[in-house]
Amino acid sequence: MGLDDIFTASVFASAIRLATPYIFAALGETFAQRSGVLNLGVDGIMLMGAFGGFYAVHLAQTAGVMAEPLGLLAGVLVALIVGGLMGLAMAFVSVTLQAKQGISGIGVYLFGLGLSELLFQQWVGTPKSVAGFPRISFPILTDIPILGEIFFHHNLLVYVAFALVPLSAFVLNRTTFGLMIRAVGQNPEAADAMGVSVARVRYATTTIGGMLAGLAGASLSIALINLFQQNLTAGQGFIAVALVYFGGWRPLTVAAGAMLFSFVNALQLQVKVIGADIPSEFAVMAPYVITIIALVFATKRQEQPTALTKPYERGE
Amino acid sequence: MNQAAGTRLTAQLNRLVDFAPVLIALLLALVVSSVLLVALNADPLAAFGFMLEGAVGTENATAETLVKATPILFVGIGITIAFRGGMINIGGEGQMIAGALAGTTIALVLGDLRVPAEMAKTPGAFDLLIVASALIGGFLAGALYGGLAGFLKAYFGVNEILSTIMLNQIAVQMMNFLLNGPLLDPAVAGFNNIPKTARLVTAAQLPRLSLPLGDPWIFARTRLHWGLIVAIALAVVIYIFLWRTSLGYRIRAVGENERASSYAGINVKRQMMLSMFLAGGFAGLAGVVQVLGLQYRLQTDGSPAGFTAAAGFNGIVAALFGGLNPIGAIPASAFFGGLLVGAQKMQREIGVPASLITAVNGLIVVFVVSSEIFILQRSKRRVSLQETNTPVGTGGSDTPLNPPDKSGGSDTPLNPPVGTGGSDTPLNPPDKSGGRRDSKSEEAG
Repeated sequence: MGLDDIFTASVFASAIRLATPYIFAALGETFAQRSGVLNLGVDGIMLMGAFGGFYAVHLAQTAGVMAEPLGLLAGVLVALIVGGLMGLAMAFVSVTLQAKQGISGIGVYLFGLGLSELLFQQWVGTPKSVAGFPRISFPILTDIPILGEIFFHHNLLVYVAFALVPLSAFVLNRTTFGLMIRAVGQNPEAADAMGVSVARVRYATTTIGGMLAGLAGASLSIALINLFQQNLTAGQGFIAVALVYFGGWRPLTVAAGAMLFSFVNALQLQVKVIGADIPSEFAVMAPYVITIIALVFATKRQEQPTALTKPYERGE
Repeated sequence: MNQAAGTRLTAQLNRLVDFAPVLIALLLALVVSSVLLVALNADPLAAFGFMLEGAVGTENATAETLVKATPILFVGIGITIAFRGGMINIGGEGQMIAGALAGTTIALVLGDLRVPAEMAKTPGAFDLLIVASALIGGFLAGALYGGLAGFLKAYFGVNEILSTIMLNQIAVQMMNFLLNGPLLDPAVAGFNNIPKTARLVTAAQLPRLSLPLGDPWIFARTRLHWGLIVAIALAVVIYIFLWRTSLGYRIRAVGENERASSYAGINVKRQMMLSMFLAGGFAGLAGVVQVLGLQYRLQTDGSPAGFTAAAGFNGIVAALFGGLNPIGAIPASAFFGGLLVGAQKMQREIGVPASLITAVNGLIVVFVVSSEIFILQRSKRRVSLQETNTPVGTGGSDTPLNPPDKSGGSDTPLNPPVGTGGSDTPLNPPDKSGGRRDSKSEEAG
């Protein structure tokens, strides 16, 4: 067993695939946190999005009412709507009701965890798989040795996720909306004085964050794993929140962190596959250990948005 | 402005002990779960009826409720300390596992030492030693695991929410590794069983609990064990610790206002680590008591909740529901224990999945923290009333957030934290001996 057995093209390809839900969820969370809202309920929203998307596709395919691409599109839409609604609820709780964000997020997580399981048991019952987003084969590109497998043989949502990275960076750094988000997260009093509605911006970012978390869930249930089961995400939403801190609240570095985490994860899976002499449990815990170590160094380096987790009230 | 913000924060935390948010939350949760039940074509009244019956309908049901409540109460006490200290500890699951692993190992090793000995049939001091060592070991292991997150927060600024979540995952893997390897029951080695340790010897088990009422005694034929009594006793101890000792006062001061505490000379980093250490310790106790009192072996299905049954999360809910007060956590834990047991009955009777309770728990958390704003607004009115010297019917020596050394006078907790002088300002660190003396006289009086 040499390094060649571990660093195969398929490991790099699966690292890219595994990064997809993290990128969606972490980008959404970046928007929310840059505006000052810590949404810790991402994992619960992902679960609801995953179930919503799965259920829509499941219905479409069992009833056969829709052509396959339409059914998948419906799944994505449902995930976005469900996620958006939960993000909106989180915004109401943390912006309007000014609830403590770390704790209310745990509530949202438990709610999503319980409700997705409840609805799944009630409406579906046993784990069933659906035909999810197929892998795309590009002419010529996919046939390139090694690179073709790594970059040009994924499903649509993988590419959407990676396309969102520069787009998010652009929105945050180069648009008026992005400027408002940053102002509200950094100095809400000043933003308010300049006529920016702190509440409205935070509602918008938290809802966007929820939609992307819902999509992150759907990317698991209808694109990567193609099934739903109880606690499908297994805490991936929490990792996404950690990645936002790790990436210093900047889309590009957040996505880079997601890639790093997924790469370690893909390696871990590969180590299991080739039966290396490492107990699999240690391989599974490696990404989490690395994340903690990374947080130790990242947190010293980075400045978090000043108003993060602080509710804003006019006239203080 | 800082002063105003400080007052507001103090007021906000003071009002946490008010139980109004809890009642609002309960009411809202009832409404929402009724809506959910109707949406699932179930009759809410029937569902609640079955839940009540399943929770307390029979002697055994009540015992099961209390059995489920025990780990939740342990974790809830710990979470109360952490949240009061301003540390959002999400690591109850991992800390439970750490405690269970350490405590089980100690109990197994000491149990092995005991069994072959000739005194095998005479219960004695050594038995007590086994149980005590296992409990203390479990506490310490959980405490160190929680304290690690406190250390990372204090010295490296690592957000404790994130680190405790990572540590949960790491603990689960560590448990899976140990239960599949070093700790695996030799009797099942080689079989593809649920990974589990050997069974504890009787001497290492917590005794069953029954009440000397009637014949046979109440709970004599149930799984109720002494862990419940230990948990309730410790809840009282921690209440006294938090509100009647200067150390507990310092923990709460840091939780209320880190900066002001630091100015007042409190070692903020140490309090952060201490509150996480204690929180982890109680979760560790929850873990080891599950083994010593109930399962008599550590086993898991490999999932995070495989051993803990999500008590690490439910403890958070119970702590909030108990008004972040260890005494309040007692009925809150019993309530959630009842919900969990009752939901199983509901699932059997009308087919609504018991996972409804997880969703409702989440709602309760959201509702409790959301309804604090209404309490906050009320306390703001109180502040303005106080500023015009209008007497308000609050305060009194039993106001939980008063420092132990307050000496009569304007002792309401809503004083501005700095600048008014006098030993009665909430954020002045209490003089150690004075604090103890005063609190004693207070209790006597």
